[in-house]
Amino acid sequence: MQGLSPDVWIAVRLTLELALLTTALLLLLGTPLAWWLARSRVRWKEGVAAVVAMPLVLPPTVLGFYLLIALGPDGPGGAIAGLWGARTLAFSFAGLVIGSIVYSLPFVVQPIRNAFEAMGERPLEVAATLRASPAQAFWRVALPLARPGLITGAVLGFAHTVGEFGVVLMIGGAVPGKTKVLSVAIYDYVETSRWREAGLLSAGMVVFSFVVILATILLGRRAARAGS
Amino acid sequence: MGLIRARFAGRLGRFALDAAFEAPAAGVTGLFGPSGCGKTTVLRAIAGLNRLAGECRVGDETWQEVGRFVPAHRRAVGYVFQEPSLFAHLSVEGNLLFGAPKRWRGPSFEEIVDLLGLARLLGRGVEGLSGGERQRVAIGRALLSEPRLLLMDEPLSALDQQARAEILPFLERLARATALPMLYVTHDMREIERLADHLVLMQAGRVVASGPLADMQSDPDLPLAAAREAAVTLSARVAAADAGDGLMALAVGGARLLAPRVLAREGDALRLRIAAGDVSLALSRPADSTIVNSLPASIRSARVLNDSDMLAVLALDEAPGEARILARVTRRSWRELGLSEGRAVHAQVKGVSLQG
Repeated sequence: MQGLSPDVWIAVRLTLELALLTTALLLLLGTPLAWWLARSRVRWKEGVAAVVAMPLVLPPTVLGFYLLIALGPDGPGGAIAGLWGARTLAFSFAGLVIGSIVYSLPFVVQPIRNAFEAMGERPLEVAATLRASPAQAFWRVALPLARPGLITGAVLGFAHTVGEFGVVLMIGGAVPGKTKVLSVAIYDYVETSRWREAGLLSAGMVVFSFVVILATILLGRRAARAGS
Repeated sequence: MGLIRARFAGRLGRFALDAAFEAPAAGVTGLFGPSGCGKTTVLRAIAGLNRLAGECRVGDETWQEVGRFVPAHRRAVGYVFQEPSLFAHLSVEGNLLFGAPKRWRGPSFEEIVDLLGLARLLGRGVEGLSGGERQRVAIGRALLSEPRLLLMDEPLSALDQQARAEILPFLERLARATALPMLYVTHDMREIERLADHLVLMQAGRVVASGPLADMQSDPDLPLAAAREAAVTLSARVAAADAGDGLMALAVGGARLLAPRVLAREGDALRLRIAAGDVSLALSRPADSTIVNSLPASIRSARVLNDSDMLAVLALDEAPGEARILARVTRRSWRELGLSEGRAVHAQVKGVSLQG
């Protein structure tokens, strides 16, 4: 990739860092949430599920707008930033991670919840009759059986974070090395008529997206076969 | 020898479940009744998988009483579900060892693997197994969790005829080889006849009766004796392994019966089944009959079955205190021979089938 300016690589690296960190945190948060949504019998859980799914239909700018307020000096984000003497979480990498988590949450929670629901009650009952406590049953049976759902959730969460634009622009701006991720960089290159960089990055995203979609399809087929 | 004592109440679809029974904590107790009568619900409640009001005690352990409910994973049960329900992410060996203490392959591992014929399957995944193989793995998995009570919920009903025939001998061997008490749910009387020592009869959410199998089978007031395929299961010993002409002699108390030879040694215990339809009655020992088994007996009770048939409960003179047998005869012969309760007769047993 000779001749590409260093700011391209900075943007690529930043994007990967953001997506990896977001995916890891999403699995950590999303798995227990999906477990609760799949197994709880409380009536209001579908309300929670609807809130989790909202980013699917909400315009990213609307989401970004509220996040901006929440992360800003007068919101909880500002209070947290005050702990280390900053004024705001907006326009920072940490703010971007928080925004990405909210934005990509449904893409991770839904496949994992589906996997937990699809396995039904039986494997956990079997585990209980084999002396496994509920926690052991979760680790030794439910999680391994939900693996296809976990992988699909991780892939979708990662890909969706890489492709995010509207929310980033609202809460992150385009600070090179801090918040200027790929999608924003492409926008910037087009604005400044740097067509070569914009073209290369866009082509890279097309290939990336294709690989991601293909991977999820293949994973889904494998899971379907394993489940039959 | 302790007791299994269970008493549960709750709702079961359209009717109320109110079931209570006691059974010895030894041997095989069949939980028998038509589909939907609540057998499975009771079994699940004993395992702690369903939470019903009531009590449950096994030997000296209390699993449930007022204000106390031991969760399923703290009850030393082995549970075999109707469908094998193997863990798809584990190999056969992984499934077997899932509930084994510390996942340690102790000496019992080899024994159980041998008993169930699983040795050559150990390294395989569970995907490619046949229905019968899967259920054998499920049984082995339950046994290896070192249960104090084995619960089986129609373990054969999801299998095809061939797989059933393959598993039943394993279950018989299991019942004889281990001291483990078993509760066995089924709606198939043939399985009860081959496996059970004790029977709990259920109907529409209630326990109708319970007791030793042969007593229940020969109780004229219970639906079993009136059924078309009514039969009595007796325990016998081999008196002579070769009685000539391809026959063997069996002793039930002091009564002798001849049956087609099977591979057995003198003194071996066998179960034999005598169907009510295979027993006819005569007033004297017939001198010219093709039937080889003619046993002096007395009629203990009798009842009309339908327009044409009577059912008689017989006590064998040579086996006092042993189980009764049943005879189904026509009402016409009953009248013409002048039979009545208390009469001495000769029971002619046309067929004796060995239950392994």
